Amino acid sequence: MNPIQVSNLTVAYDRKPVLQEVTFQMPEGKLIGVVGPNGAGKSTLIKAILGLVPKASGSVEIYGKSYRTQRKLVGYVPQRGSVDWDFPTNALDVVLMGRYGHVGWFRRPGKKDTAIAMQALDKVGMKEYADRQISQLSGGQQQRVFLARALAQDATVYFMDEPFVGVDAATEKAIISLLNELKAQGKTVLVVHHDLQTVKEYFDWTLLLNKQKIALGPTEEVFTVENLQKTYGGRLAFLDSQVSPSYVVQP
Amino acid sequence: MFNDLILTLQDANTQWVLFGTILLGVASGVLGSFALLRKQSLIGDAMAHAALPGICLAFLLYGTKSIGWFLVGAALSGLLATYFIQVIINHSRIKEDTAIGLVLSVFFGFGIVLLTKIAQSENGNQSGLDDFIFGQAASLVGNDVRVISGVAVVLLIVTWLLFKELKLFTFDRQFAQGIGLPTGLLNGLLMALIVSAVVIGLQAVGVILMAAMLITPAISARYWTDRLDRMVIVAGTIGALSGMLGTLLSSMANRLPTGPVIVLSATVIFLISLIFAPNRGLVSKGLKLYRIRKIVARETVLQTMYDLSEEASITNKKLLFSKEELLTRRKMAVRKLDSNLKRLEKEGYVQRKEDLWYLTESGGYEAHEIVLNNRLFEIYTMYEMKFASLQFATNDVWDYKHIGSSTLHELEQLMAVHERTPKLEPKYFGEGETLRKKKSSQRAEKRKKEVKSL
Amino acid sequence: MSYGTWIMLTGSLVGVSCGIIGCFLILRKMAMLADAISHTVLLGIVLAYLVSHSLEGIYMLVGAGIIGLLTAFLVQVLHSSGVQSDAAIGVVFTSLFAFGVILLSAFAGKVHLDVNHALMGEITFIPWNTLTIGGMDLGPSAVWMLGTVLIINLILIFLFYKEIKISSFDPAMATAIGIPVMFIHYLLMSMVSITTVASFDSVGAILVVAMLIVPGATAYLLTDKLLAMLIISAVIGVISAIGGYYAALVWNISISGSMASIAGLIFAATFILSPRYGLLSKLLARKSLITE
Repeated sequence: MNPIQVSNLTVAYDRKPVLQEVTFQMPEGKLIGVVGPNGAGKSTLIKAILGLVPKASGSVEIYGKSYRTQRKLVGYVPQRGSVDWDFPTNALDVVLMGRYGHVGWFRRPGKKDTAIAMQALDKVGMKEYADRQISQLSGGQQQRVFLARALAQDATVYFMDEPFVGVDAATEKAIISLLNELKAQGKTVLVVHHDLQTVKEYFDWTLLLNKQKIALGPTEEVFTVENLQKTYGGRLAFLDSQVSPSYVVQP
Repeated sequence: MFNDLILTLQDANTQWVLFGTILLGVASGVLGSFALLRKQSLIGDAMAHAALPGICLAFLLYGTKSIGWFLVGAALSGLLATYFIQVIINHSRIKEDTAIGLVLSVFFGFGIVLLTKIAQSENGNQSGLDDFIFGQAASLVGNDVRVISGVAVVLLIVTWLLFKELKLFTFDRQFAQGIGLPTGLLNGLLMALIVSAVVIGLQAVGVILMAAMLITPAISARYWTDRLDRMVIVAGTIGALSGMLGTLLSSMANRLPTGPVIVLSATVIFLISLIFAPNRGLVSKGLKLYRIRKIVARETVLQTMYDLSEEASITNKKLLFSKEELLTRRKMAVRKLDSNLKRLEKEGYVQRKEDLWYLTESGGYEAHEIVLNNRLFEIYTMYEMKFASLQFATNDVWDYKHIGSSTLHELEQLMAVHERTPKLEPKYFGEGETLRKKKSSQRAEKRKKEVKSL
Repeated sequence: MSYGTWIMLTGSLVGVSCGIIGCFLILRKMAMLADAISHTVLLGIVLAYLVSHSLEGIYMLVGAGIIGLLTAFLVQVLHSSGVQSDAAIGVVFTSLFAFGVILLSAFAGKVHLDVNHALMGEITFIPWNTLTIGGMDLGPSAVWMLGTVLIINLILIFLFYKEIKISSFDPAMATAIGIPVMFIHYLLMSMVSITTVASFDSVGAILVVAMLIVPGATAYLLTDKLLAMLIISAVIGVISAIGGYYAALVWNISISGSMASIAGLIFAATFILSPRYGLLSKLLARKSLITE
């Protein structure tokens, strides 16, 4: 069964379509990069899958069932800028929030949950910062806290919204090794990404998106000049300077 | 009722009050428009509450009730409150709404403290300071009205003289700065104008409800126009109307306090605007939505039929589809699908073979048009930057026939690149047969003709 | 207990209830919505009286609760129909409040409520209005009402602590893991309403706002832990209440006004002197950075 199956997904804000009839299925155990120009609907795709924005039509299935019943299988890393980091809480506490979905109503996260959260922090190299107030963390560290929170969700399918934006080199490395570890455990990870330079390096599979699905498949097959032109279209000048054709085309 | 009105209007005192509240309504409506567009509606609320301690201090220092000094005191403490709000936002992690609420409540609390102090002093009873909390328009005397009207007129003149600058500043502060406008000064001036409007309203409407005089006419005006110059005029008019209605109603129904009645009059005008305004009002929006939904539902059915036909033609299946197939392709209420199919059948665009539906030839043309239009729009949204000269907010107004031929050509090329060109020629529709059969039968006919011609 | 103690107890209960709820309002950026609700409960109280012909606590709580939720709901409706949220708040609260004032003056003869009392409260009368059951004097009824509301609030916060926390910090994540964010929103708004109405007799509708916002904002500048923020806020609420009472005794001024003023002073001191987020420490930090 496919971890993610999206059929004819259309999302519109005020009758202006953001996603048009997107249909795809993701294979299990792959790192998938979602790539496309600004305003292509990349984040909206994740939000629509997670039910955070209403769908105009279409359906989404996680392992063959609706998202509603499969919440516990899904981990989510929102964009770092989507929350107020002045919130009075520390890193460990934020990571513990990843356990809330498992804990259930009226109960507190217990010792086991704290252990899981600490382990998650350790994995992203943030164990020493567990007690640090979140506004005192650097951008990269905040991103790692969000990743640790997703790890604590102990999910099978992960959705990450621009985790590489504005992070330092150390964090970038930490995220990469984490992604590979998740993959090694057979988990499926879908990452919204905007840096074309690193797509081939990071992701097994690539989904090229611009309002509609342009292409989906193994990165070496899909990440071609032709497909990128189709995705970025009018912004080709930018493309030329960013990716030389020799870099994109497979020998 | 009418006689009552005449009687009321003949009363000299009422005339004074009426004159004052109308001018007040105009001034606060006009300045409220700026406050609203700068997203500072609630700052007016804070200024009004914060005016209370200023008024009390003015009384304590000056000794007797003097409208002029009250205005000065209120304006100063209102501005001080605005300044504190800015300082708190700029220098701490506290956000705007908390800062406003904090300053507002503390200033008001301090005002209450001063008020109780004054009440104990010997001339406290004749101070009439309590009136400032709820306003007491009926107790306005000639002198008060003269001051209120004078200030209101000055405010209007200043706004009129500096309208261009204030407009630019409100719309785009950075741009205004760029072309060399003294934005700091303009900001201060606008704040001073708003504070003055608040302050002259206090006696009539009171500190708690003064915010409404700034917000409600302005937000109502927003429903009637999109342009600032007209909005200012409409807001001023609505403010004047509310002032007039409120004053007349409350003086006719003896017991009702003027301030709240003015506010409720403004609310009623707001509700009327919200519901009935052309274009932006709920009724107009609802009707438009209903129309669009109807069109969209019909288009959706045709488009789905076309899409399915397109797919079926590739796999060489029959171009006949069950309702279930239509529904799985695009979700829709069953009843809606039924009614639209019935409608399309009447129009001659679809026909039924037992439980299966197909597009007729004219239906094929219609569907082809719709699909072409929608897919071109889709391509346009993908390349919005490239086609920035076309300004389409939604696809309700999109019609590819209105687009210049060179742009259209470009769009069509891109559509081909994305393999979204509608592939199925309308002439192949008609019988619900597979495409090959149709083609072969056409070929057969052609041959027949050829044979005949031989 | 003496007269003064009862007043201080009443004020402290207001401080604790408002202080705790206020923290969540500040973190959710809803301080002005709370301000709006604290005004509109007046309408709820008047309507409750006109319906039930009694000034008993329970009717007031229900009436205020309903109007409080209505306020939050109307603001939401206007906002979703395209009115910017601060203007929506402004229109809704002034309208409902004006309506309340008009009802009050139209039925002035029948309602034993006067507007000044509603606004400024009359904490001085609290100790005389006592609750008696079976001839036994159980102390001021306001204390009972405030106590009950505080306990209800504490229970609700205890039960839904983690849901409130996550939906305040990251509503998108909360929705994604299946927490009913809207339910939490309206739950908090009902808590604001009943807290306001219970406090309103003593400190008055307007000054409830000071108790809701000022202690929480002060605590926000002092700590980085949510639980600590709740506790500090409650403590500052109590200090403001007690300090305000003594200040009012000394200068013979309005008790509720003086409580708000003391709270404001505590905030001002914290704003300047707070070890981590204060103006002074920031300036010093900047200075040391420059000299380095």
